[in-house]
Amino acid sequence: MTGARCGRRSLSNAVSVVIVGGGHGGFQAAASLRAEGYDGSITIYGEEPHLPYQRPPLSKGMLLGKQEERHAILRPAEFYATQRIEVVRGRRIASLAELPPSDWVILATGARNRALPRDGVFYLRTLGETAEIKQRLADARDVAIIGGGFIGLEVAAAARALGKDVTVYEAGPRLMGRVVAPVVSDYFLAQHEARGVRVVLNSTAAPEADLIVAGIGVVPNDELAREAGLAVGNGIAVDEFLRTSDPRIFAIGDCAEYPNPYAGARVRLESVQNAVDQAACVARAICGRPAAYDAVPWFWSDQFDIHLQMTGIATGFDRTVTRGDVASNKFSVFYYRGGELRAVDSINRAAEHMTARKLIAARARVTPEQAADESFDLKSAILAG
Amino acid sequence: MPNITYISHTGASRTVDVLQGDSIMEGAVQNNVDGIVGACGGNLQCATCHVYVDAACLPTLDPMDPDEDSMLESAAAPRQMNSRLSCQIRVRPEHDGCTVRTPESQ
Ligand SMILES: Cc1cc2nc3c(=O)[nH]c(=O)nc-3n(C[C@H](O)[C@H](O)[C@H](O)COP(=O)(O)OP(=O)(O)OC[C@H]3O[C@@H](n4cnc5c(N)ncnc54)[C@H](O)[C@@H]3O)c2cc1C
Ligand code: FES
Repeated sequence: MTGARCGRRSLSNAVSVVIVGGGHGGFQAAASLRAEGYDGSITIYGEEPHLPYQRPPLSKGMLLGKQEERHAILRPAEFYATQRIEVVRGRRIASLAELPPSDWVILATGARNRALPRDGVFYLRTLGETAEIKQRLADARDVAIIGGGFIGLEVAAAARALGKDVTVYEAGPRLMGRVVAPVVSDYFLAQHEARGVRVVLNSTAAPEADLIVAGIGVVPNDELAREAGLAVGNGIAVDEFLRTSDPRIFAIGDCAEYPNPYAGARVRLESVQNAVDQAACVARAICGRPAAYDAVPWFWSDQFDIHLQMTGIATGFDRTVTRGDVASNKFSVFYYRGGELRAVDSINRAAEHMTARKLIAARARVTPEQAADESFDLKSAILAG
Repeated sequence: MPNITYISHTGASRTVDVLQGDSIMEGAVQNNVDGIVGACGGNLQCATCHVYVDAACLPTLDPMDPDEDSMLESAAAPRQMNSRLSCQIRVRPEHDGCTVRTPESQ
């Protein structure tokens, strides 16, 4: 791959990058290109009416009224002006053929919420939807949440904190069952129930309530890639350099399926970390410094006053051990697969989470016995590699 | 509104009004001040909001909690005695006139 000569005064003004999708990944790709010294033109096309914003506050502080729209907006308009980044808002790209000619295209189209085949259900992904749910929440007495995943549980926690009568309906046998071990599911079930949230597991009932919010997973926005004949799997298929089957076109963030070295498999992740680090990786590739994407995955979820932080990829784990006492509300769960440490979930243990990121990055050897033993210094295992 | 001055590693200085209750990180980001990234939106997840707080201002700050302390260990630039994560500093009237310096890397 020949890159633009970033950071040098050269022909680079003739170079252009077009980004489709003005969310977290699209913003970061543009910002990282400038930080790398890329001097060509950058245009972001986004279908939403807002400047790029971050989504985590939508299901947390914003529902509670602790954060406003301006806290979610990633950068003010002056940033894009001073960085010479053109943001075309309210423009949905229906085909890559619509785009002006460019040297590189970055697809950062994200994902959309999976919808239920019924009316009267609200979904949470955009600022507009957040405002609508917040307003309806104010008038609602009871709230039904369909889906006991991260977003559903965060909305449940916010609604309960606002004094609503809240019930969560989860189709599976446990909460967040797709991603966490039973010990973590059980802990969150007990915490939600202790704060007055009703949880109905193994339920596909169609509940009635003043407000019904569903968080039942997402569908990657890969139609542009399909239409252009690019390879698509569970999302837009890219290689380890995040290139689609057309090497001029990259895909990053929620819409991209890529080979993840920590999972040993192709995955599509939905996290801020994934969008931000992949954006930076693509910016370096465009600047002529391609490297296989290898950033440690991490994610967080806040429910009531409980901070859940996760790192690594737990999929396919065959053993877990718990470090610390669950009853103390501060513990971590270590996930193993074939004897190797694959992931760590930390509950109210921020320092251990940071150590865990380093353990996962270093592919460190920590035996289940060491992980369970609080007198064992985890940091010593990072150094040992 | 309290005034906060941000000085970059090259010496460039910007003074902006930060809304009371917003963090020093948010004050930088919303006013397009360079040198602070704030990748996690102030959730103590990224350490890309690292600043060095000027001595005159240090006594006005609340002590850092253990999570901030452990997160600072992961900051890209060297940690110093006056290192803080600016997303954890909520601006109050007594912070008026504070100066923070941003590191070379976040
Ligand atoms: C409520 C909520 C809470 C979350 N909380 C957390 C959290 O606590 N921690 C965490 O790590 N992650 C969280 N996430 C996930 C995180 O926000 C996403 O992983 C991240 O935003 C992905 O970035 P992205 O750029 O891939 O997609 P997005 O940020 O979704 O941006 C994609 C953008 O592309 C636009 N677009 C799509 N198709 C087109 C088109 N054809 N033309 C033009 N524009 C188009 C979309 O409208 C959208 O604006 C949360 C997500 C939600 C919805
Ligand atoms: S903004 Fe991420 S730790 Fe401060």
